[in-house]
Amino acid sequence: MTIVGASTLYPWLGAQATEAEATQAIKQIVGASKIRSGRVTLDIPPLVENGNSVVLKVSVQSPMTLDDHVRAIHIVAEGNPLPNIVSFHMNHRAARAVVTTRVRLSDSQRVWAIAQMNDGSYWQGFAATLVTLAACTE
Amino acid sequence: MTQTSRTLVTMPATAKKGEVIDIRIIVQHDMESGFRHTELGELIPRDIIREFVCTYNGEEIFRADLHPAIAANPMIMFSTIATESGTLEFNWKGDNDYASSTSGKITVT
Repeated sequence: MTIVGASTLYPWLGAQATEAEATQAIKQIVGASKIRSGRVTLDIPPLVENGNSVVLKVSVQSPMTLDDHVRAIHIVAEGNPLPNIVSFHMNHRAARAVVTTRVRLSDSQRVWAIAQMNDGSYWQGFAATLVTLAACTE
Repeated sequence: MTQTSRTLVTMPATAKKGEVIDIRIIVQHDMESGFRHTELGELIPRDIIREFVCTYNGEEIFRADLHPAIAANPMIMFSTIATESGTLEFNWKGDNDYASSTSGKITVT
Protein backbone atom coordinates (compact mmCIF):
# COMPACT_ATOMS: atom_id res chain seq x y z
CA MET A 1 0.00 0.00 0.00
CA THR A 2 1.56 3.22 -1.09
CA ILE A 3 0.76 6.52 0.50
CA VAL A 4 -0.60 7.89 -2.78
CA GLY A 5 -2.95 4.95 -3.23
CA ALA A 6 -4.02 4.89 0.36
CA SER A 7 -6.62 7.61 0.18
CA THR A 8 -8.19 6.22 -2.99
CA LEU A 9 -8.21 2.62 -1.83
CA TYR A 10 -9.06 3.41 1.77
CA PRO A 11 -11.11 6.60 1.73
CA TRP A 12 -11.64 6.55 5.51
CA LEU A 13 -7.94 7.17 5.96
CA GLY A 14 -8.68 10.72 4.90
CA ALA A 15 -11.40 10.95 7.52
CA GLN A 16 -9.11 10.86 10.54
CA ALA A 17 -9.46 13.49 13.18
CA THR A 18 -6.39 15.61 13.02
CA GLU A 19 -4.45 17.12 15.85
CA ALA A 20 -6.37 20.33 15.15
CA GLU A 21 -9.71 18.57 15.52
CA ALA A 22 -8.58 17.04 18.78
CA THR A 23 -7.52 20.47 19.99
CA GLN A 24 -10.93 21.77 18.95
CA ALA A 25 -12.67 18.95 20.84
CA ILE A 26 -10.61 19.74 23.93
CA LYS A 27 -11.53 23.39 23.58
CA GLN A 28 -15.21 22.47 23.53
CA ILE A 29 -14.74 20.58 26.77
CA VAL A 30 -12.82 23.23 28.69
CA GLY A 31 -14.29 26.37 27.15
CA ALA A 32 -12.34 29.45 28.09
CA SER A 33 -10.58 27.78 31.01
CA LYS A 34 -6.87 27.16 31.02
CA ILE A 35 -5.57 23.58 31.01
CA ARG A 36 -2.53 22.71 33.06
CA SER A 37 -0.35 19.70 32.42
CA GLY A 38 0.03 17.10 35.11
CA ARG A 39 -1.96 15.14 37.69
CA VAL A 40 -3.44 12.98 34.91
CA THR A 41 -1.86 9.66 33.96
CA LEU A 42 -3.07 7.79 30.91
CA ASP A 43 -2.04 4.17 30.52
CA ILE A 44 -2.30 2.55 27.11
CA PRO A 45 0.09 -0.04 25.73
CA PRO A 46 2.92 1.69 23.80
CA LEU A 47 2.56 -0.91 21.05
CA VAL A 48 -0.89 -2.14 20.07
CA GLU A 49 -1.28 -5.12 17.74
CA ASN A 50 -5.01 -4.76 17.29
CA GLY A 51 -6.67 -1.37 17.55
CA ASN A 52 -10.15 -2.86 17.90
CA SER A 53 -9.82 -3.29 21.61
CA VAL A 54 -7.18 -1.42 23.54
CA VAL A 55 -7.21 -1.35 27.32
CA LEU A 56 -7.07 2.26 28.48
CA LYS A 57 -6.60 3.22 32.11
CA VAL A 58 -6.78 6.79 33.29
CA SER A 59 -5.89 7.93 36.78
CA VAL A 60 -5.96 11.40 38.29
CA GLN A 61 -4.07 12.47 41.39
CA SER A 62 -6.77 13.70 43.71
CA PRO A 63 -7.68 13.16 47.37
CA MET A 64 -11.30 12.63 46.21
CA THR A 65 -12.82 14.40 49.20
CA LEU A 66 -16.00 16.44 49.17
CA ASP A 67 -13.92 19.61 48.90
CA ASP A 68 -11.40 18.41 46.40
CA HIS A 69 -12.37 15.82 43.83
CA VAL A 70 -12.47 15.03 40.15
CA ARG A 71 -15.74 15.89 38.48
CA ALA A 72 -15.10 14.51 35.00
CA ILE A 73 -12.46 12.84 32.86
CA HIS A 74 -12.59 13.21 29.08
CA ILE A 75 -10.60 11.04 26.66
CA VAL A 76 -9.77 12.56 23.26
CA ALA A 77 -7.97 10.92 20.33
CA GLU A 78 -5.85 12.66 17.72
CA GLY A 79 -6.05 9.99 15.04
CA ASN A 80 -9.53 8.49 15.20
CA PRO A 81 -12.37 9.38 12.79
CA LEU A 82 -13.99 11.20 15.71
CA PRO A 83 -11.87 12.92 18.37
CA ASN A 84 -14.08 12.12 21.36
CA ILE A 85 -13.66 8.65 22.83
CA VAL A 86 -15.44 8.74 26.16
CA SER A 87 -16.27 11.01 29.09
CA PHE A 88 -16.57 9.84 32.69
CA HIS A 89 -18.48 11.81 35.31
CA MET A 90 -17.91 11.14 38.97
CA ASN A 91 -17.82 12.72 42.40
CA HIS A 92 -16.08 12.22 45.73
CA ARG A 93 -17.93 8.94 46.24
CA ALA A 94 -15.73 7.31 43.61
CA ALA A 95 -12.94 7.27 46.24
CA ARG A 96 -10.31 6.84 43.54
CA ALA A 97 -10.18 8.75 40.29
CA VAL A 98 -9.18 5.68 38.32
CA VAL A 99 -11.20 4.28 35.43
CA THR A 100 -10.39 1.47 33.01
CA THR A 101 -12.13 0.77 29.72
CA ARG A 102 -11.52 -0.67 26.25
CA VAL A 103 -11.28 1.63 23.25
CA ARG A 104 -10.78 1.55 19.48
CA LEU A 105 -7.75 3.23 17.95
CA SER A 106 -7.63 3.58 14.20
CA ASP A 107 -4.04 4.74 13.90
CA SER A 108 -0.79 5.32 15.73
CA GLN A 109 -1.50 8.44 17.68
CA ARG A 110 -1.52 10.43 20.86
CA VAL A 111 -4.48 10.08 23.19
CA TRP A 112 -5.29 12.86 25.63
CA ALA A 113 -7.04 12.75 28.98
CA ILE A 114 -8.50 15.93 30.42
CA ALA A 115 -9.63 15.99 34.04
CA GLN A 116 -12.06 18.56 35.36
CA MET A 117 -11.78 19.20 39.10
CA ASN A 118 -14.64 20.37 41.28
CA ASP A 119 -12.94 23.76 41.65
CA GLY A 120 -13.24 24.22 37.89
CA SER A 121 -9.59 23.69 37.02
CA TYR A 122 -8.54 21.43 34.16
CA TRP A 123 -5.53 19.14 34.01
CA GLN A 124 -4.31 17.07 31.13
CA GLY A 125 -2.02 14.21 30.29
CA PHE A 126 -1.40 12.16 27.18
CA ALA A 127 -0.03 8.84 26.01
CA ALA A 128 1.36 7.92 22.61
CA THR A 129 0.85 4.54 21.03
CA LEU A 130 1.84 2.65 17.92
CA VAL A 131 -1.01 0.70 16.33
CA THR A 132 -0.03 -2.07 13.90
CA LEU A 133 -3.56 -3.20 12.98
CA ALA A 134 -6.08 -0.38 12.94
CA ALA A 135 -9.58 -0.67 14.32
CA CYS A 136 -11.58 -2.03 11.46
CA THR A 137 -13.48 0.64 9.58
CA GLU A 138 -13.97 -1.19 6.27
CA MET B 1 -26.88 -5.69 16.82
CA THR B 2 -27.44 -8.49 19.23
CA GLN B 3 -30.87 -8.15 20.76
CA THR B 4 -29.92 -10.20 23.78
CA SER B 5 -28.27 -7.69 26.02
CA ARG B 6 -26.26 -9.73 28.45
CA THR B 7 -24.52 -7.77 31.12
CA LEU B 8 -21.92 -8.93 33.57
CA VAL B 9 -21.19 -7.15 36.84
CA THR B 10 -18.26 -7.99 39.07
CA MET B 11 -18.47 -6.42 42.51
CA PRO B 12 -18.13 -7.66 46.08
CA ALA B 13 -21.29 -8.89 47.82
CA THR B 14 -20.11 -7.67 51.20
CA ALA B 15 -17.88 -4.84 52.33
CA LYS B 16 -16.89 -2.95 55.45
CA LYS B 17 -18.31 0.55 55.84
CA GLY B 18 -15.97 3.04 54.22
CA GLU B 19 -14.15 0.41 52.19
CA VAL B 20 -13.34 1.19 48.56
CA ILE B 21 -14.93 -1.37 46.27
CA ASP B 22 -14.08 -2.01 42.63
CA ILE B 23 -16.86 -2.49 40.13
CA ARG B 24 -16.37 -4.01 36.70
CA ILE B 25 -19.20 -4.05 34.23
CA ILE B 26 -19.37 -5.54 30.76
CA VAL B 27 -22.36 -5.33 28.44
CA GLN B 28 -22.82 -7.34 25.29
CA HIS B 29 -23.17 -4.90 22.40
CA ASP B 30 -21.64 -4.64 18.91
CA MET B 31 -21.00 -0.88 19.17
CA GLU B 32 -21.41 -0.49 15.41
CA SER B 33 -19.29 2.59 14.79
CA GLY B 34 -21.08 4.03 11.77
CA PHE B 35 -17.81 4.09 9.82
CA ARG B 36 -17.97 0.61 8.36
CA HIS B 37 -19.32 -0.31 4.94
CA THR B 38 -20.98 -3.43 3.60
CA GLU B 39 -19.44 -5.33 0.70
CA LEU B 40 -21.69 -3.29 -1.59
CA GLY B 41 -20.25 -0.08 -0.25
CA GLU B 42 -23.24 0.98 1.77
CA LEU B 43 -22.53 2.65 5.05
CA ILE B 44 -23.65 0.62 8.06
CA PRO B 45 -25.53 3.04 10.30
CA ARG B 46 -24.23 3.80 13.73
CA ASP B 47 -25.67 1.71 16.54
CA ILE B 48 -23.90 2.25 19.82
CA ILE B 49 -24.52 2.63 23.52
CA ARG B 50 -24.44 6.33 24.34
CA GLU B 51 -24.75 6.47 28.09
CA PHE B 52 -23.96 4.46 31.17
CA VAL B 53 -25.22 5.45 34.60
CA CYS B 54 -24.55 3.77 37.94
CA THR B 55 -26.70 4.57 40.96
CA TYR B 56 -26.14 3.51 44.57
CA ASN B 57 -29.46 3.33 46.42
CA GLY B 58 -30.92 5.71 43.88
CA GLU B 59 -28.12 8.28 44.00
CA GLU B 60 -25.96 8.65 40.90
CA ILE B 61 -22.31 7.86 41.63
CA PHE B 62 -20.84 7.37 38.17
CA ARG B 63 -21.79 8.20 34.60
CA ALA B 64 -20.11 7.78 31.23
CA ASP B 65 -20.82 9.24 27.79
CA LEU B 66 -19.79 6.72 25.17
CA HIS B 67 -18.72 7.43 21.61
CA PRO B 68 -18.06 5.10 18.64
CA ALA B 69 -14.44 4.72 19.77
CA ILE B 70 -15.48 2.45 22.62
CA ALA B 71 -14.72 -1.16 21.74
CA ALA B 72 -17.47 -3.73 21.18
CA ASN B 73 -18.88 -5.21 24.36
CA PRO B 74 -18.08 -2.13 26.43
CA MET B 75 -16.22 -2.71 29.68
CA ILE B 76 -15.83 -0.10 32.39
CA MET B 77 -14.02 -0.48 35.69
CA PHE B 78 -14.48 2.11 38.41
CA SER B 79 -14.68 2.32 42.16
CA THR B 80 -16.89 3.62 44.93
CA ILE B 81 -17.02 3.76 48.72
CA ALA B 82 -19.27 1.24 50.44
CA THR B 83 -21.51 3.57 52.42
CA GLU B 84 -24.55 1.47 53.26
CA SER B 85 -26.22 -1.81 52.39
CA GLY B 86 -28.37 -1.65 49.32
CA THR B 87 -28.51 -1.93 45.58
CA LEU B 88 -26.28 -0.65 42.84
CA GLU B 89 -28.08 -0.19 39.56
CA PHE B 90 -26.37 -0.11 36.19
CA ASN B 91 -28.26 1.39 33.27
CA TRP B 92 -27.20 1.57 29.64
CA LYS B 93 -28.92 3.62 26.94
CA GLY B 94 -28.14 3.80 23.27
CA ASP B 95 -29.13 4.25 19.65
CA ASN B 96 -32.33 2.63 18.34
CA ASP B 97 -33.93 2.85 21.77
CA TYR B 98 -31.43 0.46 23.24
CA ALA B 99 -31.79 0.17 26.99
CA SER B 100 -30.58 -2.40 29.44
CA SER B 101 -30.31 -2.49 33.14
CA THR B 102 -28.82 -4.73 35.76
CA SER B 103 -28.26 -4.47 39.47
CA GLY B 104 -26.12 -5.85 42.24
CA LYS B 105 -26.73 -6.10 45.96
CA ILE B 106 -24.18 -5.21 48.58
CA THR B 107 -24.22 -5.80 52.31
CA VAL B 108 -22.19 -3.25 54.25
CA THR B 109 -21.14 -4.06 57.78
